[in-house]
Amino acid sequence: MRETKFWTWHLLAGCAILILGSLHMITMHLDGVWGLLNPAGGHAISWDNVAARAHQTIFVVIYILLLGAALFHGLYGLRNILCELGIGKGMRSFVNAVLVIGGLALFVFGTWAAIAAQAV
Amino acid sequence: MADPKRYDNRLGLKGWWGGGRWGFERYLYTLHRLTGLGVLCYFVLHIFVTSSRAFGMRAWEKWMGTLAGPFFQGGEFLVVLACIFHAFNGIRLILIELGFAVGPAEEPIYPYKTSLNKQRPLMVLMMVLAAVAVVFAGYDFWLLH
Repeated sequence: MRETKFWTWHLLAGCAILILGSLHMITMHLDGVWGLLNPAGGHAISWDNVAARAHQTIFVVIYILLLGAALFHGLYGLRNILCELGIGKGMRSFVNAVLVIGGLALFVFGTWAAIAAQAV
Repeated sequence: MADPKRYDNRLGLKGWWGGGRWGFERYLYTLHRLTGLGVLCYFVLHIFVTSSRAFGMRAWEKWMGTLAGPFFQGGEFLVVLACIFHAFNGIRLILIELGFAVGPAEEPIYPYKTSLNKQRPLMVLMMVLAAVAVVFAGYDFWLLH
């Protein structure tokens, strides 16, 4: 039952990444074609554009949602691959603990950076 | 409730490399996993690199300067390709998981079409859309920058 619930969250996180990640990819990698969401013009990773996006609350919220969804989707996918390869029960518990702690640490760090960048 | 029967995954990683009678979709399964793992590795590094914006313009531009070489540019484009493939194949997998594109359940009376064959047009459509997205991204990445 718990696995089914996590699998459903995995699919939902995939859908969230599809929407938010597409927006991110279009902003960052199709800036030459469309130039969307880059108020300073030019390259998407120029500091002026990065700072302008970092100061908008909507972008901070999108970054944090995308960070959470991508970490859950990616780390749960990694766990599925490892479990499918037939690791033992003890190793499975160890993998679960490492992925949960690592995922939470990355989420906290990424969220801090998104919020702290607003003040820069 | 009784525990479900469990079977050892005899082939392990070796099972990723042979499509066998499952056909082309089995290679998409392998590619989906490889691209997923690749994007996950990139994503963890991406979190650290992009977090440098919290330390100001100097830190950001230092990192961007480090990553501006052809090696990282080529790597970044591979990540874009992996994301595009993983996204379109992922849409196919979610649709199939929800029962779309595989047709209704029916009695297997010969000659019959398996659900694997029924979903094939969806697979072709998704791969064509992925190819179009790759062309767009490649044009932007290599010709406009």
